[in-house]
Amino acid sequence: MNCSRRNFLKVLSASPLVIGSGQLFAVPAAKSRFLLVFLRGGYDAANLLVPISSDFYYEARPDIAVPKPSADVSSALALNADWGLHPVLRDSVYPLFKKGEMAFVPFAGTNDLSRSHFETQDSIELGQPEGNKNYRSGFLNRLAEVINGAEPIAFTDQLPLVMQGSIQVPNISLKSIGKPAVNEHLGSIIASMYKDTALAAQVNEGFAVRDEVMNEMSNEMIASSRNAISAKGFELEAQRIAKLMKERYTLGFIDIGGWDTHVGQGGSSGYLASRFDELGRGLTAFAKAMEPVWHDTTVVVVSEFGRTFRQNGNRGTDHGHGTVFWVLGGSVRGGRIVGEQIRVDKDSLFQQRDFPVLNEYRAVLAGLFARQYGLNQNQLARVFPTVQAHDLGLL
Amino acid sequence: MNTNRCSIRLIALTSCFLLLVLSTLVGSEAFATEPTKTAQEKMSPIDEFRLLNRLTWGVNSSVVDKVTKMGMPAYINEQLNPSAAELPETIQKQIDALSISQQAIPQLIEVAEKRRKAAADITNLDDKKVAIEANQKALYLLARESSTRYILRALYSPNQIQAQMVWFWLNHFSVFQQKAYLRILIGDYEETAIRPYALGKFRDLLGAVAHHPAMLQYLDNEQNAIRHINENYARELMELHTLGVNGGYSQQDVQDLARVLTGVGVNFGDVMPKVQVKLQQYYVRQGFFEFNPNRHDFDNKQFLGQPIVSRGLPELDEVLDRLVRHPSTARFISHKLAVFWVEDEPPVALVSRIAETFKRTDGSISACLQTLFSSPEFLQASGRKFKDPMRYLISAVRLTYDEKPILNPAPILNWLNRLGESLNNRQTPDGYPMTASAWASSGQMATRFEVAKSIGFGNAGLFKPADPQATEVPAFPQLANALYYQFISKMLSPATRKALDQATSSQEWNMFLLSSPEMMYR
Repeated sequence: MNCSRRNFLKVLSASPLVIGSGQLFAVPAAKSRFLLVFLRGGYDAANLLVPISSDFYYEARPDIAVPKPSADVSSALALNADWGLHPVLRDSVYPLFKKGEMAFVPFAGTNDLSRSHFETQDSIELGQPEGNKNYRSGFLNRLAEVINGAEPIAFTDQLPLVMQGSIQVPNISLKSIGKPAVNEHLGSIIASMYKDTALAAQVNEGFAVRDEVMNEMSNEMIASSRNAISAKGFELEAQRIAKLMKERYTLGFIDIGGWDTHVGQGGSSGYLASRFDELGRGLTAFAKAMEPVWHDTTVVVVSEFGRTFRQNGNRGTDHGHGTVFWVLGGSVRGGRIVGEQIRVDKDSLFQQRDFPVLNEYRAVLAGLFARQYGLNQNQLARVFPTVQAHDLGLL
Repeated sequence: MNTNRCSIRLIALTSCFLLLVLSTLVGSEAFATEPTKTAQEKMSPIDEFRLLNRLTWGVNSSVVDKVTKMGMPAYINEQLNPSAAELPETIQKQIDALSISQQAIPQLIEVAEKRRKAAADITNLDDKKVAIEANQKALYLLARESSTRYILRALYSPNQIQAQMVWFWLNHFSVFQQKAYLRILIGDYEETAIRPYALGKFRDLLGAVAHHPAMLQYLDNEQNAIRHINENYARELMELHTLGVNGGYSQQDVQDLARVLTGVGVNFGDVMPKVQVKLQQYYVRQGFFEFNPNRHDFDNKQFLGQPIVSRGLPELDEVLDRLVRHPSTARFISHKLAVFWVEDEPPVALVSRIAETFKRTDGSISACLQTLFSSPEFLQASGRKFKDPMRYLISAVRLTYDEKPILNPAPILNWLNRLGESLNNRQTPDGYPMTASAWASSGQMATRFEVAKSIGFGNAGLFKPADPQATEVPAFPQLANALYYQFISKMLSPATRKALDQATSSQEWNMFLLSSPEMMYR
């Protein structure tokens, strides 16, 4: 189904009629790689990208604020006069920022005001005009539709909403990999039962993806069987993802949970700091493992919303609004804090509780995709209908 | 493009067929019953086997024996008018041992509230976190008990159509157990709002759901009050529960329905809210359901083109009546029933006939199913419907172990989770999709084969009791049985037979059979 669809698109794009009508689908074959990392739970962006010039920040977070940059190793790492980075990222993504391969987009997010995890996650993943909720059409699937030769994959147990749609997308979680329960011999016998059925493509793809994962990961498994010290958690997963995205897949998705810090989230150290540490190390490992194609790769880290600007009664934070996106890649014009910004103080809070959204996620991503893939207006409109791209010059 | 062309052809074919049938029959009643009788009288044993595979969560030896004795028409009749289900003794014991069977909801809520407050009072943050996590775990276990109970009934209840319709309606009126106190309420929601009406009148079902705290919390109606309007439930009540998204309502109707629903909420405590004296006559409390007239908008309203006379909670009954009598609801529900039972794109004519039954019988669900089961379209669609994960798992375990009671349903819950169709765990109110496109992805298929291996090899842990003291009672899968030789073997494709021949052990053979394309469809 997948193949025939692509052939159909190719035929369509080659026909003079369609060229005349303005190239709706086909974009030059994508060498470019894109990975979307979704932090589910609404991470506390104000402790990641710290508004160090805001006295109000220190007033609002007496117990959990990250100190202003100083000689102290637990203080924020200054990125510019207004913003600092959480110190736990000193040895992971901070060097990428300094190298100019990483940027942050503060005041980012959606116009969804439900402050509900799942409603906001859904609306982001669907990426449809506000009020529309067709649960069978996620924006990465639509992106895969307009990029010729895109190879999308979700590194998750279930196919996420963002990848649902007309293109068939494989999914496989790389959290733990072991010898597949169904070995190659048994698998080939199972596949033989399907060869003349409508499910043949999926069944073969399912086994093929497993086999690829096995092949790519065999070195890792040999190393671990020799008790080599190996990465853990997301760092390990990110290395595995890089292996697959370097060799084969060009459009990836991964989600990470555990960001809903209502209670005791900590400051320079503590629970949230350890989550940032794991994420930072994972992204750095990914960047390294993507060489030599890191310059063709972009990673965007998003979350459904930010959290309340003030700490709550339990030294945590509650559901908020604006968040901070991370943008990483070998060709990213980084070392900058980009997008619309305002001064962080009491009066600039949205509904007196959280960051406003000045950089709407679809507009920001549309601007990025336009640059990365050279998408035209029609193609962008298929990915994010009715959205005016906001080009932040990220690439 | 292809699909469109196919469905146009299908419609054309179907209408030709109907014209043919209609021209030979007199009267619409005759049309509804006549072809069935003939079909059922002439049904071969193997067709009967196929039909049973579709009428149940999955065919097994016991149900074949039962229907051989009593006959198909009597079986369907019994299924549509079920008496209380008698479960195997060990299964009933497992259900009785669950805390949701032993403690009433008020008790469970009281305990949870106490624990929540105790955790809130802890000042040491590390201890507080431990306490909160313990509370979360306790809630998680309660929700898991409801799923456990559901799985056991799906596997062993003699009332198989009812069991499936309970799943169908739980999915139609889908709530997400992670929200608010739903992990405590979800078992009661199934027991008191869904199960009693699963084959009854749609209006009763809709009303029970609209009065249950699980739905009122899930779709935020407990927060819906005059001047603090929350449209969430009002919108889904029309879009997902009754009329369907293009069912002929406007944004104004959503707003008006939300006003009707103001004050409809929950109260888990003993304290009655302070209500203005002149409004006290309107106050209603039934269990945790509460109608608080202080929060209600008593101005007159307009709904679906007709006025609603302001009078408190009875306004809700009036709008529910109006919604159920709306032709869009008959069509929407009938279409969904046909997608569930027949095929992903059901014939338009069949949906219309079910909708006619819905209107004629004032929304009798069992009457709609009778129309559906006795239709030629239903019989013709045999083997076309791709099983969703729930059906695949339940049918595989039913076929493999027949009525031998499993001792631990945890592996099934874990598989459901891996396959993304855990019970009461759909975040969004639209429920899980019921069509092949949602469930036939490559990752899904690969995981199914792993499950097939676990079941086929007999090492899945289904007979390892959760109690670590208890010993595992080995139970080897019995798939190469009389049922196989009498029916299944005759339905297999040459490719499947060839694969089975390559098995080098009975375990491999089991795995291949459970992995076969024939097991993926019904």
